[in-house]
Amino acid sequence: MTKATSATVRDALSVALTVGFYGVAFGAASVAAGFSVLQSCLFSLLTFTGASQFAAVGVVASGGAGLSAIAAAAMLGTRNALYGIQMAPLLNVRGLKRVAAAQITIDESTGVALAQAPRGTDAMRHGFWLTGTGVFIFWNVFTFLGAFGAKSLGNPASWGLDAAVPAAFLGLVWPRLATPFLRVVAASAMVFAVLVTPWLPAGLPIIASALVAVAFGWRER
Amino acid sequence: MLWVVLLATSATCFAIKFVGHSVPERWLANARLQRINTLIPIALLSALVIAEGLVTKTHIVLDHRLAGLAAAFAALFAKAPFPVVVIAAALTSAIVYHLH
Repeated sequence: MTKATSATVRDALSVALTVGFYGVAFGAASVAAGFSVLQSCLFSLLTFTGASQFAAVGVVASGGAGLSAIAAAAMLGTRNALYGIQMAPLLNVRGLKRVAAAQITIDESTGVALAQAPRGTDAMRHGFWLTGTGVFIFWNVFTFLGAFGAKSLGNPASWGLDAAVPAAFLGLVWPRLATPFLRVVAASAMVFAVLVTPWLPAGLPIIASALVAVAFGWRER
Repeated sequence: MLWVVLLATSATCFAIKFVGHSVPERWLANARLQRINTLIPIALLSALVIAEGLVTKTHIVLDHRLAGLAAAFAALFAKAPFPVVVIAAALTSAIVYHLH
């Protein structure tokens, strides 16, 4: 194993392990929203894109319609298509391998792959597959632990699980707020959500907040 | 309804990923589309913080969850790792919940 490869393995594993902990929060949030342990685990196996999963169960938990939950998850998932466009020429795979590559195309696998660029395209490919499969394994194991744990705890509010969910969202958005402009976007979306909440059916304010993204992204700045 | 949400969400999210691996690069090269797309997670996740932390049905309700959110905010400011943020929020919220 070359030096570059072991560095790539280290990057991939540390990301995969850290992200695994989010899986505990997802499993707990999913059960708190009313999904069974089995359904929560299937979410992580089949949907396998954290923010979308959190959004789907979040909309359900807030009493929103099923369609709102699916739409919110889909909108949060659109960035994976952009990642796929960047990763496809690098991986150059067909058939079942492409299905597998698509399923593990997420923030982390793309992020680690891109970060390996100085180590060459082989390291980028390794980074993608190692991180993707690593996150897949840990995310699913930890989802089960979180869902199972939450199920045995009982009343979510009594254990603070109902606050852990918004805290998890805050934790997911926080690292993205790298510039003052992005912080303004986040604050505007929060104010927007507060303002429209009394006027829209449950779940819709979340989808409607995409308008804030459209408004801020319309012109170049 | 829960099964429909689970299966439809999974199918949609996979389709989105697969499309990315299958379409020519120029299809999504539009600059405005890309700018908006990078902002969408920020807007939606921020709205979800409100929807989960401050909303009950269609009303703004300030309760024990707000105390939990404040703790999460403080933890993030102190550069705490993700598990600490979530646990701080849960603990604070649970304490306030039981005090009431």
